[in-house]
Amino acid sequence: MTNKNLEKVAGNGLLNRRHLLGMGLGGAGMAVANTVLGADSGPLQIPYWSRQPGPGASPFGDRSRYAPQLERMSGSPNPTYPGGGASRSPLQHLQGTITPNALHFERHHAGIPDIDPAQHKLVINGLVRQPLVFSYEDLLRYTMVSRIYFLECSGNSGAVLRRDTPDPNGTAQSLHGLVSCAEWTGIPLSTLLDEAGVLPEANWIAAVGADAASMGRSVPLAKAMDDSMLALFQNGEPVMPGQGYPMRLFNPGWEGNTSVKWLTQIKLTNGPVHFRDETSKYTDTLPDRSSLQFTFPMGVKSLITSPSGQMSLNQRGIYRVTGLAWSGSGSIRRVEVSADGGRSWADALIDSERHEKALTRFSIPWEWNGGSAILQSRATDSAGNVQPTRQSILDERGNIATYHFHGIQSWSVNNAGEVRDAHA
Amino acid sequence: MPMLKRIASITALLTVAATSFLASSQETVRLGTPISESQLANFDLIAQPNGNGLPAGSGTARQGKAVYDARCAACHAANGEGISAATIIVGGDMQSEGEPLRTVGSYWPEASTVFDFVRRAMPADAPKSLSDDEVYQVVAYVLFLNGIIGEDQELNASTLPRVEMPNADGFIDQSAIH
Ligand code: HEC
Repeated sequence: MTNKNLEKVAGNGLLNRRHLLGMGLGGAGMAVANTVLGADSGPLQIPYWSRQPGPGASPFGDRSRYAPQLERMSGSPNPTYPGGGASRSPLQHLQGTITPNALHFERHHAGIPDIDPAQHKLVINGLVRQPLVFSYEDLLRYTMVSRIYFLECSGNSGAVLRRDTPDPNGTAQSLHGLVSCAEWTGIPLSTLLDEAGVLPEANWIAAVGADAASMGRSVPLAKAMDDSMLALFQNGEPVMPGQGYPMRLFNPGWEGNTSVKWLTQIKLTNGPVHFRDETSKYTDTLPDRSSLQFTFPMGVKSLITSPSGQMSLNQRGIYRVTGLAWSGSGSIRRVEVSADGGRSWADALIDSERHEKALTRFSIPWEWNGGSAILQSRATDSAGNVQPTRQSILDERGNIATYHFHGIQSWSVNNAGEVRDAHA
Repeated sequence: MPMLKRIASITALLTVAATSFLASSQETVRLGTPISESQLANFDLIAQPNGNGLPAGSGTARQGKAVYDARCAACHAANGEGISAATIIVGGDMQSEGEPLRTVGSYWPEASTVFDFVRRAMPADAPKSLSDDEVYQVVAYVLFLNGIIGEDQELNASTLPRVEMPNADGFIDQSAIH
């Protein structure tokens, strides 16, 4: 039942990108051969919702009751780790590149503080000419910039490296949901540092949050003066409490933990502070027992979000294989997709804009003929970095520590159309 | 002065044309209020490896046992062996044959980190509820349980930075790689 008119571009059913053009929107499950309305469905009628007025405008919008009630996935609360833990974005159900604010992933070390912005302070001290304190109201009057950036926890996808066998229950969300993307609006950090007057001896900043853990991270001054920002808004609204309301540090492209939430202090220092979360955590021990510290830019990475783990293909035909790609070192130059476990590759179409350090959407048409397949994607960034395989990362650094894992994700499809996490 | 500052800043706001990262730094408002480091003494909790930021006070492991038993043992167990993977704070050896157990004792490169973290984040159910003396005491106790210092060795702002951590040379700084 293979369609002879379809142009194959790589093994096991990958098709020329032009075959997607007539397909409209939608993820897995689009079958070109079948139309939505069969010939026997009778004449079309005007539906009842077109015959009566609906409710009017409302102060705060809600999603349709018919739309999937998407949720983040989080563990159950742990009384011995009050407020600690993470929630993961439902990547396989999202389209485009922007994560809705209420679905942006979270990682907290002592819960979300209930901050009254009128009482919140941002202090800049240490190796500066004049220590300064800023109020929220003051900060709102500064010149701001808006940029679209991804944020990824450096622990994202770590289980894929850690596990010796694929996760039979793994989904894009459960395995890779600690990445999100938003338009962040705020003040270039350099503006505020310049106002305090950085002394020549300073070469790092120490950023501290106002949460109960006073979570701290050290960031090289060069980054702080380059593109770091004090983010006050997320997709147009004040940053969510789980993202640092009223303000967070944002270090584009760098491991998420450095973008300290609820930012309340920046101290200019000579050398890093060696906070707990840059020594005990977020460091990667190698097979020779030395450990990599201050690994900042997130590696070039991509992921097929549909079809992905726990989905099923219900009929043979053409599917839109789609996913996300990103790099902490620039923009996405290219994404390739394989349907035969990496033996052959075809270039995917880039569906979104290619912003620097932002999620980028790709897709490619694929004809599933009812056989088994291994779907993979491989991204290349503007600096020329190519996403490595899981095995090459494992060979190089082992899996004593699993931060900063950006290997290729494999999804297997069996004869029944079931999609599962795979190691290939 | 605040009035003048405000007028000046509004003018500055109005005259900002571009919003490029670089252009904004010269033309933006300046609304930070000067503050002195002494006013920040209770606010700035950062303790650095060279001892910078360590407060006055002192403590020994012998004194710290009582603090530990009362305030830490419920989550970290009687001798720091933990009640979960995340709460193990004693033991381990980076050169062990199997996968190394990485703890305060076996893994952390700086003693200042123990003080800095415990003062700001522990006990997890009541962070910042210990006095500076109690933090010195309980940090001494955790280091003592790890065999790093003696039971009566006093920790204070000048001795703590000199404590030698077993894995001090175990880290490779990647910060220059972009
Ligand atoms: C309510 C439970 C609880 C209590 C009480 C508690 N802790 Fe903790 N502690 C934790 C948890 C949970 C973590 C792990 C936090 C994380 O990973 O973010 C932790 C982490 C630590 C760590 C860092 C471990 C590592 O390897 O990163 C140290 C050191 C520590 N605690 C010391 C103490 C001391 C000292 C006390 C008593 C003053 C104390 N804790 C009381 C729950 C507790």
